[in-house]
Amino acid sequence: MHSLDYRANALLIFSVTALAFICAIPSFSDKFSNQNPSAEIQILNINRFKKQSYGNDEVSLTLDITADLQSLFTWNTKQVFAFVAAEYETPKNSLNQVSLWDVIIPDKEHAKFRIQTSNKYRFIDQGHNLRGKEFNLTLHWHVMPKTGKMFADKIVMPGYSLPDAYK
Amino acid sequence: MGWIGETVDSIKSIKIRQLLTQAVTLGMIVTSALIIWKALMCVTGTESPVVVVLSGSMEPGFQRGDILFLRMTKEPIRTGEIVVFNIDGRDIPIVHRAIEVHERKTTGEVDVLTKGDNNDVDDIGLYADGQMWLHRHHIMGRAVGFLPYVGWVTIIMTEKPIIKYILIGALGLLVITSKD
Repeated sequence: MHSLDYRANALLIFSVTALAFICAIPSFSDKFSNQNPSAEIQILNINRFKKQSYGNDEVSLTLDITADLQSLFTWNTKQVFAFVAAEYETPKNSLNQVSLWDVIIPDKEHAKFRIQTSNKYRFIDQGHNLRGKEFNLTLHWHVMPKTGKMFADKIVMPGYSLPDAYK
Repeated sequence: MGWIGETVDSIKSIKIRQLLTQAVTLGMIVTSALIIWKALMCVTGTESPVVVVLSGSMEPGFQRGDILFLRMTKEPIRTGEIVVFNIDGRDIPIVHRAIEVHERKTTGEVDVLTKGDNNDVDDIGLYADGQMWLHRHHIMGRAVGFLPYVGWVTIIMTEKPIIKYILIGALGLLVITSKD
């Protein structure tokens, strides 16, 4: 009952349980944080709008993105992954989501920003449905914790549209 | 030295009935572990409810050696979700983020393109020849939770199997020589 094996075993079980508990608590505390992020996106310019050789539409645009994601950071936050996606419907697809730009925010100081950038990833449709297309720009964020449950949310900004003709 | 003598003595004095009882107890422990694992598979909806991060392609968020808890629901995949998928012909699952999703009106099927946060290019190069998109059947689950460093145990045991054998050998010895 008091041999080395029993003591080592008891110690191991106890420390693993205590560690698991300690890891669960910060994740639980994330539920009570008050979050009110805000964002605004403007399209500054449509740089290119053409049909590729295999028939798919491609758009290149410049965006002006303002965001304040500081309220998402808690003591259990490791980083916030934020990205802007264009979301639209086509005759064949009920939903298309194309990520245009993303950023990894490592801390609260970097979470309030304004950036003007062309799209980081190519905006290519499955087909040639983009002329005159109305779409939403959605700012998504995924919070990666130091331990525990990851959570995500988004702000949908509707009302953007592409020109009726290629340029 | 006395401990070694004790161990040798207890091995010599093993009786058949005691040995069988211990074998049954061991069997019970192993089967309970299996039951818990299968139950976890049912609850989370995926074949591997827990995976270890093996590469640095999702840094700085996920480092090598972290473990991820997965869930799979009927909800369609959406951009931003961190998915774990298998490519036909490869047996190591990959953990990356969905950056593009196209959902068919008629069937509800989705085409998904993924990319690791720390990679410069998307995963087209990783998919099988001629494959442009991932589909639902490639995807094992979405990551919903995360614990740092715990996965190193699995990585060490896989990359240096000698440690696995030593551990199992020691455990076996412990079970045989315990008086209970």
